[in-house]
Amino acid sequence: MSETLNLKLKVWRQSGPDAQGFFETYDVPNISTHMSFLEMLDILNSRLEAEGKEPIVFEHDCREGICGSCGFMINGQPHGHKPRTTTCQLHMREFAYMDGGTIVLEPFAAKPFKVLKDLMVDRSAFDRIIQAGGYVSVRTGSAPDAHSTAVNKSNADKAFDAAACIGCGACVASCPNAAAMLFTGAKVTHLALLPQGQTERYDRVQEMVFQMDSEDFGHCSNYAECTLACPKGIPLDVISQMNQDMIFAQVKGSK
Amino acid sequence: MTIELKSNEPEIDPTDPKKSIESTWDRHRFKIKMVNPANKRKYNVIVVGTGLAGASAAATLAELGYNVLNFCFQDSARRAHSIAAQGGINAAKNYQNDGDSVYRLFYDTVKGGDFRSREANVYRLAQVSVNIIDQAVAQGVPFAREYGGLLANRSFGGALVSRTFYARGQTGQQLLLGAYQAHARMVEAGKITMYPRTEMLDLVKVDGEAKGIVIRDLLTGEIRSYAADCVVLATGGYSNVFFLSTNAMGCNVTAAWRASKRGALFANPCYTQIHPTCIPQAGDYQSKLTLMSESLRNDGRVWVPKTKELAEQVRNRTLDPKDIPEDQRDYYLERIYPTFGNLVPRDVASRAAKRMCDAGLGVAPTKRGYGVFLDFKDAIERDGEDAVRARYGNLFEMYERITDDNPYKTPMRIYPAPHYTMGGLWVDYNLMSNVKGLFVIGEANFSDHGANRLGASALMQGLADGYFILPYTIGHYLATVEGGASTSENPAFQEVEKEAKARLQKILDVKGTKACDDFHRELGYLMLDKVGMARDKEGLEHTIRRIREIREDFWQNVSVPGKADGINPALEKAARVADFLEFAEVMVHDALERTESCGGHFRTESQTEEGEAQRMDDEYCHVAAWEYKGTEEKPICHKESLSFQYVLPSQRSYK
Repeated sequence: MSETLNLKLKVWRQSGPDAQGFFETYDVPNISTHMSFLEMLDILNSRLEAEGKEPIVFEHDCREGICGSCGFMINGQPHGHKPRTTTCQLHMREFAYMDGGTIVLEPFAAKPFKVLKDLMVDRSAFDRIIQAGGYVSVRTGSAPDAHSTAVNKSNADKAFDAAACIGCGACVASCPNAAAMLFTGAKVTHLALLPQGQTERYDRVQEMVFQMDSEDFGHCSNYAECTLACPKGIPLDVISQMNQDMIFAQVKGSK
Repeated sequence: MTIELKSNEPEIDPTDPKKSIESTWDRHRFKIKMVNPANKRKYNVIVVGTGLAGASAAATLAELGYNVLNFCFQDSARRAHSIAAQGGINAAKNYQNDGDSVYRLFYDTVKGGDFRSREANVYRLAQVSVNIIDQAVAQGVPFAREYGGLLANRSFGGALVSRTFYARGQTGQQLLLGAYQAHARMVEAGKITMYPRTEMLDLVKVDGEAKGIVIRDLLTGEIRSYAADCVVLATGGYSNVFFLSTNAMGCNVTAAWRASKRGALFANPCYTQIHPTCIPQAGDYQSKLTLMSESLRNDGRVWVPKTKELAEQVRNRTLDPKDIPEDQRDYYLERIYPTFGNLVPRDVASRAAKRMCDAGLGVAPTKRGYGVFLDFKDAIERDGEDAVRARYGNLFEMYERITDDNPYKTPMRIYPAPHYTMGGLWVDYNLMSNVKGLFVIGEANFSDHGANRLGASALMQGLADGYFILPYTIGHYLATVEGGASTSENPAFQEVEKEAKARLQKILDVKGTKACDDFHRELGYLMLDKVGMARDKEGLEHTIRRIREIREDFWQNVSVPGKADGINPALEKAARVADFLEFAEVMVHDALERTESCGGHFRTESQTEEGEAQRMDDEYCHVAAWEYKGTEEKPICHKESLSFQYVLPSQRSYK
């Protein structure tokens, strides 16, 4: 495998939410295969800055795949083609097969994810879904001893699998309906599987689902693209868990 | 003029049961002023930052009834860099029945900090550690559990007891999401007003007291003021002064440095922690370094080839490390420190790696070759690949993802990287700085870790400050001011806004030809080389001169395209780098003034015969708190002397 690649990047540029966007193509020569995808963009941006041109705006922060800031479409897939990998953890060796070719970069597209600039979108709807009920109401200081309730290990492990969500939005971007069911279901499931989450369980699921709907996310029709696109591998089960809790809550008529 | 630094904790006297360290926090809480519950809703509190300290403080203050204005530069409160902490959080629960206690955690933390922290603060930290675990579990934080359903613990960083609670390799993420959810609940309740995508540019003082901040709206570019009855900074550490660190790309010193320029003292800026187990730099294009959990040292053996020739062949990839025979490998930590071996504390392990690489024995496949092996061959032979996978599978996967090397087959390469900063703004026992009304919590303050932080203690301190300390101590100040009296109508705000605008415009007006990263990289490499794992007088003096040259070059040649209004990440970055270029100098002054070695601060002039850090307690048993005097001026050092009545200073030894 060659140690360096010569690539072209076809990047979506859009100066603001209401501006007309367009693709612009940049040459990125001599890219080391050990470089990360975002380091390649850093190099391109440094070059643009030195030339007095506006760098490409993309979100990123931890670069360890955990903060959930980064993410855009790479060749039509959220976070690119490598499974269970955020954009910041992608390395250019994954693109060795494209040497000499063109990689296409676009923002996540979904009605609730307004494009703010270039590859940066507004994901604040996710915060509002959590604010609607994605918590346990426990005031600081009022907690009982941590060992007062034992938690079945298998439930604790499943709760963890759901809690691993980083809130990046890849699930929404991959969904033909732009549904946020995987994101919302992950938090519903995390708390529904733990004893601490039981008291508010059925109110929580309704509040969160109402908020999700009011943000204009679409509905799930079981394409299951979301779980494939999810860099943390959140299982599709969280959606069934959410639906089950939602039906139960409605039948019970608690809200 | 000297500023008298009083930490304000109640008197401690080990010989008088009524004045014991065990009762200090209780006595203090009883003594301090309180705000009437009905009046709390009249007070506005600004909290900057939404990491563990900021989010937990904002949520708890809001629960108490205060109106909280909370700011972060990320798009959501959930993204602060606390989220990346891997290993765990310490608490003196003694659930493992292995002899842990509040006193032992206190003792370990004071000793680990190389006797440069305040005993009263550390004791309090150990006391409230147990409440943090209770709180987090009640929030639904999915800590690791045993088959009986109770919480699991592990030992961490060479501690002799298992007191670390963890959630796989994502403890920081889960604790932060717990705090974020508590925070979200109070946003919904209308008690927290959240301002994401805003960056604090300056602190506003009215009549000498902190009464607000000036921010830049990162979407519109607008410069705005917010007033409150006090200001809390929870803005993290400054490891990004080294350019390459394990911090997130956005982590910066701006809020703390601006506060420092407004009169808050910066304490012990030279105390930085270089974490021994990170993935080595692969090339000059590298943007950040990735930490590999310290737990790897429980089973991995650290080594370099015995000769430079072998090391060079490994670097050139002409020799496979697997083919180096046992008698040509130097397991140097086991050789030099037979008792602790590969588990010596972070600072000791880091310095040893640097010494090996400086001697030409480094094995990273780069020009400088800075890297050593961390080898699991013996662990795999002993316990089997499956057992190793069960323990470290996710870390090995992460390593392979980044380096394309398979650690099951070939030894990992690691090298130390800047990770955490023990220094920070000076605070008293109430976590208030010398500027009245300015509180500083979490990594941004200096108080609890002394000269070196122990593993799994950062999460503990951030949450202790935010959940259980600040919410009480803040009342002591607020009770002295009228709630809601501070408004941004005060001309002091317009003045600071004007300065902030002018500063950004000045950056845009340079219109040079060099990218901002070029300056940041140059500063960072310089700092890591001269103010990193080892420091000496000559190197430090040279560094001050170089920082000034780089700074001048920046103001002549930086190119920041775009405008001040609207989204402009290049401008955000340049403003942060401009502050690092000023702040770096005070770090060097501190390192220069402290001619002793202690913890993470190693002056080559002050070492024992075995090459270990040699403290000088007669001269340096104090906190050095620096007062800003002007950009080209030498800052003034104020001292708070430290006294140790419980854990008496001794030479650390890990042999």
